[in-house]
Amino acid sequence: MTTPSAANQPFRLPPPLFSARCRGCWCVAAIVVLVVASFASLDLKWSAFFSAESGASTLRFAKEFFPPDLSPAFVSKVWIGTLETLAMSLLGTMLAAVFGVLLAVPASRFYAGDPARLRGLTRLILNALRAIPELVWAALLLISAGLGPFAGTLALAFHTTGVLGRLFAEAIENAPPEPGFALRAQGVGTVRVFLYATLPQVLPQMMSYTLYRWENNIRAAAVLGVVGAGGLGQLLSFHMGLFQMGKTATILFAMICLVALVDVTSYVLRRVMTR
Amino acid sequence: MSRLGWGLALLVICWPLLVATEFKPWTLFDAASRKSSWAFIKSFFPPVVNSEFMLLVLRETWRTVAIATAGITLGLLIAIPLTLLSTRVLSVSALSGRMATLPFVFRQILRIVLIMLRSVPELVWALIFVRVVGLGPTAGVIAIALTYGGMLGKVYAEILESGESHASASLLRNGATRMQTFFYGLLPQNAAELTSYTVYRWECAIRSSVVLGFVGAGGLGQQMDNSMKMFNGGEVATMLLVFIALVALADAISAWLRRELG
Repeated sequence: MTTPSAANQPFRLPPPLFSARCRGCWCVAAIVVLVVASFASLDLKWSAFFSAESGASTLRFAKEFFPPDLSPAFVSKVWIGTLETLAMSLLGTMLAAVFGVLLAVPASRFYAGDPARLRGLTRLILNALRAIPELVWAALLLISAGLGPFAGTLALAFHTTGVLGRLFAEAIENAPPEPGFALRAQGVGTVRVFLYATLPQVLPQMMSYTLYRWENNIRAAAVLGVVGAGGLGQLLSFHMGLFQMGKTATILFAMICLVALVDVTSYVLRRVMTR
Repeated sequence: MSRLGWGLALLVICWPLLVATEFKPWTLFDAASRKSSWAFIKSFFPPVVNSEFMLLVLRETWRTVAIATAGITLGLLIAIPLTLLSTRVLSVSALSGRMATLPFVFRQILRIVLIMLRSVPELVWALIFVRVVGLGPTAGVIAIALTYGGMLGKVYAEILESGESHASASLLRNGATRMQTFFYGLLPQNAAELTSYTVYRWECAIRSSVVLGFVGAGGLGQQMDNSMKMFNGGEVATMLLVFIALVALADAISAWLRRELG
């Protein structure tokens, strides 16, 4: 005979706050330790930042931004900088798409049993390209390409090649294999199988990845110039270095407008395309 | 013929781009540039690995991680209150169909604040705060806190609004306060997604804290910038390798945590 269960749940203690068997507890403890250690080990100058004197200096600093320099000569200079930023991002993304495809081909396995001898090596190259941020590439490339937008364009192209190459390779490997198999069974060569079976299937995906990266790259191109690689960022660091705060304010405003414009455009486009 | 036409059209579109970006690949290969590039690349080998320098790199690497972590923590202090104030799910007046005008305007203003914080790149925040508080990690922490605060706040609000709102709506209808609704309705429902997004952003913050070092906000980036200016390729090579390893490690940890969260 089974004992009837009580109508009310029997009284239970709440689980202990920390138990050595609970993995979540260990994770939370590790995060707490990491956060505390971070704050403790950095020599953060909170006193300097929150004191009345530095508050006043911050306010004075903020006031220097006004009025922004809106003289026609300077505005046209900022306009050229904005166009340069756009051109850098566009050309960088286009180069990256081309080289991304070229590197994605050796980096992917086309059919089960494809030896793909260069796959490991190419993936390593792609990962290295991707791991180094645009700004670090720009700083490295300044030595070969010199100051100016060319270095920035190349930096964007290097980093984005890594990102896109990897995404393209994943897309190629995940494409349905049947059309390629059908062609291969007829004795069609590897190159033509790629051109007529694989590529048409993955092209829309590649296009959407490329557009997405372009959006990212406009944002990146706006600040790349801080190390001297052209565009709005170069104007910004130049005028900020000279403490011309009115001009800095104009450039900042242009930068924020550019980023906001890109955000809105991509939002609207996505809304239209998914409807 | 149409291919030729498309090719020509592409060339016509590209020409202004090439001019605007001063795209002259041949300058990479002229004698002077070739010599200096070659010297720089040659100086990469062997990477500097003496114990004194490795200790320095290790310390700066920890500082990079610490700047990212502290920045994200402060960012959360900005993001969480703004999320609670700006999310539509916690609106009492919206239960009866339309939100009242005043709360709507208030939420919209907070949302614009979040977007403003987010749309200034962190590098620009860092440039500004390096001027205000001087060189060092403080500027980096504040820059990350402001940008990521805006980013996290906006995405948190979107996550809370995208979920099923029955539970929270019925709690509110039955007289629970907004905080009770949040803790007993919204948080249990969305905790995994919120945490996994935060972990992902922490990973991004590590990457950007290296970049912030280039404008003088401390950490690995600042050290890398110094070595680059002195054309010390060996040191640059070591730091690049350490940086790639750091990013890979953060990537692995964050992927593991997110998989555990499901």
